[in-house]
Amino acid sequence: MAYSDQVLDHYNNPRNMGSFGKDEEGVGTGIVGAPECGDVMKLQVKINEDGIIEDARFKTFGCGSAIASSSLATEWLKGRTVDEAMAIKNTDIVEELNLPPVKIHCSVLAEDAIKAAVGDYVKKSGKESASGGSGAA
Amino acid sequence: MSVKIPIYMDYQSTTPVDPRVLEAMLPYFTEVFGHPASRNHSFGWDAEQAVDVAREQVAKLIGATAKEVIFTSGGTEAINLAIRGVAEMYGEKGRHMVVAVTDSRPVHDVVKRLVREHQYEVTEVPVDKEGRVSADAVKAALRPDTILISVMMANNEIGTVQDMVAIGKVAKEAGVLLFSDATEAVGKVPVDVQEMGIDLLAVTAHKMYGPKGVGALYVRRRNPRVRLSAQIDGGGHERGMRSGTLNVPGVVGMGKAAELCMQEMPEESARMGVLRDHLENGILAGLDEVQVNGSREHRLPHNLNISFAYVEGESMLMGLKEIALASGSACTTATLEPSYVIRALGVSEELAHSSLRFSIGRFTTEEEVEYVIGRVVETIQRLREMSPLYEMAKEGVDLSQVQWSAH
Ligand SMILES: Cc1ncc(COP(=O)(O)O)c(C=O)c1O
Repeated sequence: MAYSDQVLDHYNNPRNMGSFGKDEEGVGTGIVGAPECGDVMKLQVKINEDGIIEDARFKTFGCGSAIASSSLATEWLKGRTVDEAMAIKNTDIVEELNLPPVKIHCSVLAEDAIKAAVGDYVKKSGKESASGGSGAA
Repeated sequence: MSVKIPIYMDYQSTTPVDPRVLEAMLPYFTEVFGHPASRNHSFGWDAEQAVDVAREQVAKLIGATAKEVIFTSGGTEAINLAIRGVAEMYGEKGRHMVVAVTDSRPVHDVVKRLVREHQYEVTEVPVDKEGRVSADAVKAALRPDTILISVMMANNEIGTVQDMVAIGKVAKEAGVLLFSDATEAVGKVPVDVQEMGIDLLAVTAHKMYGPKGVGALYVRRRNPRVRLSAQIDGGGHERGMRSGTLNVPGVVGMGKAAELCMQEMPEESARMGVLRDHLENGILAGLDEVQVNGSREHRLPHNLNISFAYVEGESMLMGLKEIALASGSACTTATLEPSYVIRALGVSEELAHSSLRFSIGRFTTEEEVEYVIGRVVETIQRLREMSPLYEMAKEGVDLSQVQWSAH
């Protein structure tokens, strides 16, 4: 399979790869996917008192496109509000990474991971976001 | 250390043509171009003679006689001819077949069509955790209406070699024909259709340093005489079993390739074994949580299939892009399922997604093996740093107890 330059770039130079402590102040964690399906994404956001995502981290088990989708997601999350983060759509990721149809599920998983991570933060902090969100798996 | 990039370690997918094979083939494109079925002139006779030599060379490699070798366009056609040919010829006797679960895709696909369209029934024989089929399991699957047993001699993914002698005995005792897809085995390990009690055997040239697009089906002529319904009609070539003007240069190449394999097998398989073991030991020494899939004892000497826990196959291939390898991950195949062969061993789906197949060959060097060991270890380590599963496992989380969100 030929990969787009964007996917290759994220695969070779992953952005914000790593982890925050799960119990750190202001951290929301989302883990989505399943090992038997061949992809698992862990996405974390660190949100400050103003409700702005200050920092993000990811770790991904999956193909290059899954790694790139989650790496891109962390880049996009930084600086956004909770509601803005919830508005990120998988189709935006598909477009930015030039993903072929067979890899669209990677972008869906990344969107799910964003919602799960932000949702986890919202739940833990007791704050309600306008759009709500599902908890971490 | 100087190695030439890219490195080819996918010899079980296909092999390059050996220069000696190519040399043998070349005259048959231009100088000796006759039709082997032209009986009236020397052009035809010369071509026919070349085909006869090749038939002898292929027969010798598998312990058959030349008359029992039917040339085809490759392994897939030989498999189709064997299974469909038997089904059409012996369908009156019964409509049940016994097939090993790890048999090749073409075998399963041909049988599936017989089930779908011609009221056949199939019993799949399971394998043990090393991928071996037990003769007892084959015996247990037999029914009065069984007309064919199919067990591939050596597996294309895990390299597991079957005990064909024992399986052949069961077939003989029951009076059921035994077919074996031996495309991966012939030329690599000794094959003897007499000793193994095989009635039909598929071979392809491009896995033994011959050209692509040519293969053969061995069809037993005595004890019993196997009859087949032709799948390609026409001029009645190949004893009426496979019409069509033979690909003479290809056939000559297959013959030469068979001759070379025959001559060099003892030395070559020993060399393959040493290189493969070095590769295996080097990778196992450099990484934890890796497992070798298939049998280490009953294995093709050039095959190594390993699952690297917590990393996915396609991402490994991406990181090892200058090395030609195969993976059992679903992402690298057209289907959504990870390798059914590795799953059949009882290996989890997750570890099936995490498998890589290394297959070395005649032109693999020690330097290449060294280079690959280093790159594999480095790439897996990098991807594990990136893997949430590796992190969780290191934290002591039992991944099998986690409630994953299916998608
Ligand atoms: C086990 C097995 N059977 C059959 C085939 C098909 O042979 P061919 O490519 O000559 O049609 C292959 C190789 O592609 C194979 O590995």
